[in-house]
Amino acid sequence: MPETPLKLTLKDFKSDQEVRWCPGCGDYAILAAVQAFMPELNIPRERIVFISGIGCSSRFPYYMNTYGMHSIHGRAPAIATGLSISRPDLSVWVVTGDGDALSIGGNHLIHVLRRNVNLKILLFNNRIYGLTKGQYSPTSELGKVTKSTPVGSADSPFNPLSLALGADATFVARTLDTDRRHLQSVLRAAADHNGSAFIEIYQNCNIFNDGAFDPLKEPETRDDYLIRLEHGEPITFGADRQWCVVHPPGAFGLEVQRTAETPADHILVHDATVPEPAYAFALSRLPDLDLRHTPIGVFRKVDRPSYDDLVRGQIESAQSKLTGTPEEELAGLLNSGDTWSIA
Amino acid sequence: MAKDMAKKVQQLDQVVIRFAGDSGDGMQLTGDRFTSETAQLGNDISTLPNFPAEIRAPAGTLPGVSSFQIHFADTDILTPGDAPDVLVAMNPAALKANLSELPGGAQVIVNTDEFSRRNLARVGYPDNPLEDGTLDGYVVHPVALTSMTLGALAELDISKKDAERAKNMFALGMLSWLYSRPYESTIAFLERKFAKRPDLVAANIAAFKAGWNFGETTEDFAVRYEVKPARMPAGSYRNVTGNTALALGIVAARVRSGRPVVLGAYPITPASDILHELSKHKRFGVTTVQAEDEIAAVGVALGASYGGALGVTSTSGPGVALKGETISLAVALELPLVVIDVQRAGPSTGMPTKTEQADLNMALFGRHGEAPVAVIAPKSPVDCFYAALEAARIALTYRTPVLLLSDGYIANGSEPWLLPDVDELPDLRVEFATAPNGADGTTFLPYLRDPVTLARPWAIPGTPGLEHRIGGLEKADQTGDISYDPTNHDFMVRTRAARIEAIEVPDVEVEDPDGDAAVLVLGWGSTYGPIGAAVRALRQRGLPIAQAHLRHLNPFPGNLGAVLKRYEKVVIPEMNLGQLAHVIRGRYLVDAISYNQVRGLPFTAVELESMLEEVVKNA
Repeated sequence: MPETPLKLTLKDFKSDQEVRWCPGCGDYAILAAVQAFMPELNIPRERIVFISGIGCSSRFPYYMNTYGMHSIHGRAPAIATGLSISRPDLSVWVVTGDGDALSIGGNHLIHVLRRNVNLKILLFNNRIYGLTKGQYSPTSELGKVTKSTPVGSADSPFNPLSLALGADATFVARTLDTDRRHLQSVLRAAADHNGSAFIEIYQNCNIFNDGAFDPLKEPETRDDYLIRLEHGEPITFGADRQWCVVHPPGAFGLEVQRTAETPADHILVHDATVPEPAYAFALSRLPDLDLRHTPIGVFRKVDRPSYDDLVRGQIESAQSKLTGTPEEELAGLLNSGDTWSIA
Repeated sequence: MAKDMAKKVQQLDQVVIRFAGDSGDGMQLTGDRFTSETAQLGNDISTLPNFPAEIRAPAGTLPGVSSFQIHFADTDILTPGDAPDVLVAMNPAALKANLSELPGGAQVIVNTDEFSRRNLARVGYPDNPLEDGTLDGYVVHPVALTSMTLGALAELDISKKDAERAKNMFALGMLSWLYSRPYESTIAFLERKFAKRPDLVAANIAAFKAGWNFGETTEDFAVRYEVKPARMPAGSYRNVTGNTALALGIVAARVRSGRPVVLGAYPITPASDILHELSKHKRFGVTTVQAEDEIAAVGVALGASYGGALGVTSTSGPGVALKGETISLAVALELPLVVIDVQRAGPSTGMPTKTEQADLNMALFGRHGEAPVAVIAPKSPVDCFYAALEAARIALTYRTPVLLLSDGYIANGSEPWLLPDVDELPDLRVEFATAPNGADGTTFLPYLRDPVTLARPWAIPGTPGLEHRIGGLEKADQTGDISYDPTNHDFMVRTRAARIEAIEVPDVEVEDPDGDAAVLVLGWGSTYGPIGAAVRALRQRGLPIAQAHLRHLNPFPGNLGAVLKRYEKVVIPEMNLGQLAHVIRGRYLVDAISYNQVRGLPFTAVELESMLEEVVKNA
């Protein structure tokens, strides 16, 4: 990162392409939040790359005035891996959706997370297939009635954060499309992380699944539904912080209790750096089916060497032993093993 | 090992030996060592390993037989030989599996210790073939290989199991004596291989020497053989398999282009050795990623190419099928990509360790939309090195995926390689875009083309001022912006086709020494050896025939149409059901004769010779 500020602004990150999402789509808010956040990175535009797959969210790179690739369905993490490990000077971001990342691309997602490739992954989760016009997605709720499931889907949904944690992701967070300040705070934490940063963004599809996350946004419900995680702070929520999260002795998971009825030292203090993923996993299981008790914020942020560093370390260590020019080394390699001469 | 001058020495001009045994008997290692000794002597060599896909099929059964054939000669040779002159059979299964390919008069060396009633029954021999006349017409050398190995190692402090396992070295020692091979490199090899187990070094060397001394003293071998060195061009040589040569070609491409190489690969027979070999050469700036699947493997390669590296992926047919969508993306993105397909017998899992040439259609046409790519095929193990360089040249210069079609035959087969002078290898350096290319001096047009190569600029991330977005959606000419304009799409489809046609490839050479041939035999890929051997045999018998061999399958050499029209008949032998023939007929309206065989094995020179003889005589 350059030492002197680059003085970039939001405008510098807007491309000349007309944005083609449906009016009212949650993607607009995310795009605006990301574009406004980018100058904070203090990285020159040419060293930022957005790579996406297929789906509504994956049009994202066209609208960023950086380098970008709109690739194929589900494969962005694999393509971004090839770029990231060979170009440590770049800041590589992956934009994907619930279908792209969790259905067709599920395999690449879990492997990129277990390897801890140095990618920032933004998963726009709207719990529906938008670009193909309204089929259920791997995060749609059981029984979801859609064009392809007229009597309701028989698929149980993925919990994306649980999946990422099961794959041993080192950075896992959730945020909301409409909460710009929170979204940007999560982006900031992700950008600081060396390794894979996985961010689930709840995103409203106003055409095919409108209001999917309303309980987390509506004034009547949001205080009781949404849990804002703050590292080092006790986990309490509600308009008057009347709710808290505890780990009952002997239980496997976490529970919500009334703060007034809970001894202060029983209230969980959020620690994203707990090495054991079980804690963050328990947090990811907290929400009910109706979104009640949905934590947002950084669930987990732990240090583990990135795949990029390990791979490049091996290359650099091998290269440090070089004695000749590449041509000389190649001649040596070709002439190695059992050779013989004919005069 | 004292020299025994008493035994008669007979000169041979060429020999084909097949080592055959159980998968666990170490036949591949034995063959490799014999090959190395033979190379040291200066014979020309060609080898053919043949092994089951199972790592350890049940011991002593027919499916568990593994073999290694070596052909060596005092002249240059083109194939591993049609049929063995000598079969070394380590057990009844090895005898039974190979006997039908053995011509009368061949020598058969058998390990009699394994011919127990139980082992015979396991492979369906009602009686002992060593005694019931089955081997009449062959020169049989019964050798109690296992017990003599155990006897030779009786003094050593090793387990009976380890001692028994050394019997392949007894066999190697015996054959090395019989064919007057130098043994120093094998002794040195054993010392290296078992460096951490001095007891095994001692055991294997003792077994080898016991085999050698047995050959020298037994009266069963009355004659010892010699094959004089072949007259080969002066220089430094090594023996190399196609897979190793291909990997070294990729390393050479890295050095000669200055571009780092990123190989994405998923293990698959028979291509995995390319991943293994390249993973050893990190010091050259070669990164290997063993990806989670075939799709990720090609994705990693393409992502690396986007960043300015040479992206390579290596696989076999089933893997190419999975990579198809990403290859199409690379066609649309117009980025360099080398896709190595070491073909094997299909469809589906087919016969993974057996060879075939049946992926040509997939390479040429196996993608959605109009998605042409360059296709090339090496003709021999050594040629894999040069084909890799050629694939890199085309990919880097023309920013296109290149499919390289090797196959199991040349991938695992080996031959001597006259090592090249590194400085004479092609210069593969390319230039990245560094400045705006628009008429206004400030705009960057990612799809503005070079007028000659039709390649678009390679503007890699990190280049200030050239920020742009690319993707799989159809792009407007020059600007690369998303476009659904009908005329633009038609133009772009035609341009992508023209780009591949614009690739400069050398003319195909025709070998027609008499100049009066009426028949041309046209091949591609690994059939070069057997076709060449068949053609030589015909010419020696005074039958004129012309031979041409295609390395470039898309685009074809510019002179191919004219060449085809010069001959009355064109014969195309392929290890598929006529895939090249179909393309040649469609493209050049030539009524080519398609000769096909799909047995998982290379053609023999003999069968091609008799087929071509018929065509020549009727021309």
